[in-house]
Amino acid sequence: MTKRYSAFGLFREGLRGHSGWQPAWRTPTPKARYDVIIVGGGGQGLATAYYLAKNHGITNVAVIEKGWLGGGNTGRNTTTIRSNYFYPESVALYDFALKLYEGLSRELNYNIMLSQRGVVTVSHSDAEMEIAARIVNAMQINGTDAELLSREGVIEKAPLLNQSPEARYPIFGGVWQGRAGVARHDAVAWGYARAADAAGVDIIQNCEVAGFIVENGRCVGVETSQGAIRADHTALCVAGHSGVLAAKAGFQLPIRSYSLQAMVSEPVKPCLDTVVLYLGTGTYLFQSDKGEIVVGGGIDRVPSYAQRGNPPVQQAILSGMLEMFPSFGQLKMLRQWAGVVDVVPDSSPIIGPSPLAGLLLNCGWGTGGFKSIPAGGWLTAHLIAKGEHHDISRPFDLERFATGRLIDEAAGSGIAH
Amino acid sequence: MQIFPCPFCGPRDETEFTFATEAGKTRPEPAKDVSAEAWSDYLVTNVNPRGATREVWLHQTCGEFFVMERDTVTHAVTGSNAARGGGA
Ligand SMILES: Cc1cc2nc3c(=O)[nH]c(=O)nc-3n(C[C@H](O)[C@H](O)[C@H](O)COP(=O)(O)OP(=O)(O)OC[C@H]3O[C@@H](n4cnc5c(N)ncnc54)[C@H](O)[C@@H]3O)c2cc1C
Ligand SMILES: [Zn+2]
Repeated sequence: MTKRYSAFGLFREGLRGHSGWQPAWRTPTPKARYDVIIVGGGGQGLATAYYLAKNHGITNVAVIEKGWLGGGNTGRNTTTIRSNYFYPESVALYDFALKLYEGLSRELNYNIMLSQRGVVTVSHSDAEMEIAARIVNAMQINGTDAELLSREGVIEKAPLLNQSPEARYPIFGGVWQGRAGVARHDAVAWGYARAADAAGVDIIQNCEVAGFIVENGRCVGVETSQGAIRADHTALCVAGHSGVLAAKAGFQLPIRSYSLQAMVSEPVKPCLDTVVLYLGTGTYLFQSDKGEIVVGGGIDRVPSYAQRGNPPVQQAILSGMLEMFPSFGQLKMLRQWAGVVDVVPDSSPIIGPSPLAGLLLNCGWGTGGFKSIPAGGWLTAHLIAKGEHHDISRPFDLERFATGRLIDEAAGSGIAH
Repeated sequence: MQIFPCPFCGPRDETEFTFATEAGKTRPEPAKDVSAEAWSDYLVTNVNPRGATREVWLHQTCGEFFVMERDTVTHAVTGSNAARGGGA
């Protein structure tokens, strides 16, 4: 039995030298068959397992992870959560995720450290202000919170921003979403893992899926480094490795893999209490709860599975930071890292059946799939349990690339992933 | 910074180059007989290989497209050939 965490439990363990904690999830040996196999133990896969159990009572489920939980992009991202998209389909998806995030710590009995400190996207010209107004209007019509900020409004949110009249990217105003913010990424993976495990889901780490078992044109299981495991349904939640797994299943996807990098500085005193993104530099940053400045930007210019990030983009991100916050020139950068992200032509995820029957897709999240983990998991679980789309996931089906009903958020909201 | 070899200009800084597409794709013809699925396959689906690959790149400085053989994990470049005369 999973013990519930509580203030009293924490106090008691404090008195007994923290000797009474137990592992948050089991380390089971894989069974020969399950109802559902989920490939990939990132946030999307773990959330799918949790909602299969919680919403549909399906608990004979295995999550198969080649490394360790959250060791992919879920543990490597910059933790920004928001729903400031343009198209109604996108806002329905990302705002659903945000709403689920708002209740998640309580629901999972696990502190995901959600901090709704707001996100400001800064514009640098009259033309960009018109685009900002268009996005604010779209967000409001789609039923999420958005506000158009003046130059003064932006400066009030982040007083250290470069206010010089000589600035290469002057502040004209921006888009504000107050419910947006950040959460602790590992905690999201761990919270879902613990709750899924408690419901009976087997989480199998250090187990790589090497191929698929196909009978009569249907996927009926996977070949793994720990042997064959069979199931009625298999879901692929492997982010940047979707192309690799799709090739093993005999099809191709509209996906290319790129490295996406981020950096953190040494911790400093509180100086920034919101998330800031410049349309001009493509750099975004915020201050972590520990005081570090967390900085991210665009994807690398070279298709890649190298989990390290390339120097020209690193330089662009850091010069963007200095343009935005000249005083941050004094910061010492501590770490830089990268994840492999799956980039789709219209910058929207793919949720739905794959060309191989019995195999479902949850991929194509690109640079933005952390904010959507609760919704992606919920919708993928729905697809598996009901055998058909939820209204929110239907527009994100793979068939949109043939029908032309793309949800092009790069053009709509300027989100480039 | 990585140095990429342009077959026309020689070794140059990676920032001068733009990735175009995977090599080996043939445009389906004639247009009126091409199904939506085949057209979408041509336009957007990829092999997206982990490891050795052949790709079409543009050297922005001289404006030439060429085929580069590369490894997507190590980033090692093993070949660089003009795209003219087929083979892309
Ligand atoms: C630097 C960076 C910054 C980012 N910033 C943000 C942000 O601020 N906000 C946001 O919303 N998103 C952000 N993202 C994107 C986000 O992290 C991803 O979209 C999201 O984590 C995807 O979740 P996932 O569960 O699909 O993938 P992952 O967490 O990558 O999980 C996939 C798992 O599949 C496993 N796997 C792969 N192949 C196999 C196999 N053959 N067998 C078994 N297991 C396998 C991997 O080991 C991995 O653990 C960022 C990403 C990066 C890299
Ligand atoms: Zn050249």
